[in-house]
Parts: sequence; structure tokens; C-alpha cells
Amino acid sequence: MTIRVQEDDFDLTRIYSELREAPTGQHTPGAISLFVGLVRDMNNNHTVAAMTLEHYPGMTETRLTAIRDAAMTRWPLGKAIIIHRVGKLYPNDQIVLVGATSSHRQAATEATAFMMDYLKTEAPFWKSEQTADGVTEWVSTRESDMTARTRWQETK
Amino acid sequence: MNIRYFAWLREHIGASSEDITYDQTVKTVSDLVDVLRQQSTGHQKALADMTLVRVAVNQVYVDIDHPVTAHDEVAFFPPVTGG
Repeated sequence: MTIRVQEDDFDLTRIYSELREAPTGQHTPGAISLFVGLVRDMNNNHTVAAMTLEHYPGMTETRLTAIRDAAMTRWPLGKAIIIHRVGKLYPNDQIVLVGATSSHRQAATEATAFMMDYLKTEAPFWKSEQTADGVTEWVSTRESDMTARTRWQETK
Repeated sequence: MNIRYFAWLREHIGASSEDITYDQTVKTVSDLVDVLRQQSTGHQKALADMTLVRVAVNQVYVDIDHPVTAHDEVAFFPPVTGG
């Protein structure tokens, strides 16, 4: 499964093993790039006690598939995978995993960054943070996320 | 027409989904927003500033002037914050 939206945690060792294997009818990869996003215990100078992730079932999977497909088209990748968790998460929990394999490192690392930048700005997920005092707040967007995505439109 | 709300829009409106009887005068998302704002103070609050709201019709991002029809699923939500 190359696109997964789930409440459960994911096992990095297992995903790594899957990525390491050659795609059907292709050569074994020369590079694996993996990005894992974690829940921080601090955000904007306040303590984060927990976080809840909401999403738009259906549209989320469609957008993630489109992002993955765009990466597969743009770089010579063997495999590409996106996993995103939803529901209640706590500091240090894994939230998101993006991975790509290729013959060479540049394609794999660029594709991983590309998928993450588009996920951040297009995939319909929303975070709310609970502070230690029990205050719940919706996380606001960062200008830097949009800037990060724009760089892929300028190059190539 | 099925309307979906997420994150703080859902909280203001007090529902994640509602069915609206299609009104012939509603041609675009913008027309629909005008109709929805009349539903309650919660709707009015959620849809007050559309520069803070993203719209999807049938799960595809659209602009406010995008056409809508009777069987569309129209979703309103804040800019996304996943990852």
C-alpha cells in the first residue's frame, strides 16, 4: 500500500524493508530517502500536551495519490510511499512518513521533499493542539510552507 | 446538495455535514455561501471571511466562482495544516 491514512502507528523497520526490495520487474534501488514527521512538545512558545488530527476522508487519499503520482512522473523513482496518521497523538509520536527509492540519491531526496511540501499545503488535514492547561487551539498555517511548495514550480 | 465542514468551521456550525435543498438561484459557490450564511449565526461566523476558507466541490479544490449543481458535495474548511 503506497498511500495510507490511519490511526495506528507505523513500523519504520518494516517500511524500510519493503522499500529496499526491487519493484516488480525493476532493478534494486541504489538509494532510499525517508522523512518522518513527529509531534513536537513545543509550538509557538507553549507546551503541547496532545494533538488531534482531523481529515477529509476520500479527498485526503485522492490528494495524496495525486502528489505521489506527480513525484513518480517527475523523478525516476522505484517506489514512493506516503503514510499519515489521524486522531489523537502525543509529543514524540510519529505523524507522517514520506519515502522514495531510486537508483541515485538526488531523485530520492528531492522526491521526498517535494511530496512533503505538497502534502503540507494540499492534503486536507487539520491539527488542533491541546496545551498543558487544557486549552485547545487550531494550528494556523505557516507562510514558509507555501514558500517551500512554490520552489518546485520555479525549477524544472 | 451535501455540504461538509471541517476544523473550526465545523465547530462554529455545530455539524460536520448537512443536506441543503437545491435552490435554482444558486449558480456558484459564492451564491451558496450567501444562502448558507442565512442559516444560523454559526454559519455566518464560519463563512464571514472567505479569504480564510478553502472550498472543494466533489473533493477537488475550486475558487469561489466555481459552478455548483444539485448533486454536488461542497466542502468548506480552513487552509490545511497536516504533515
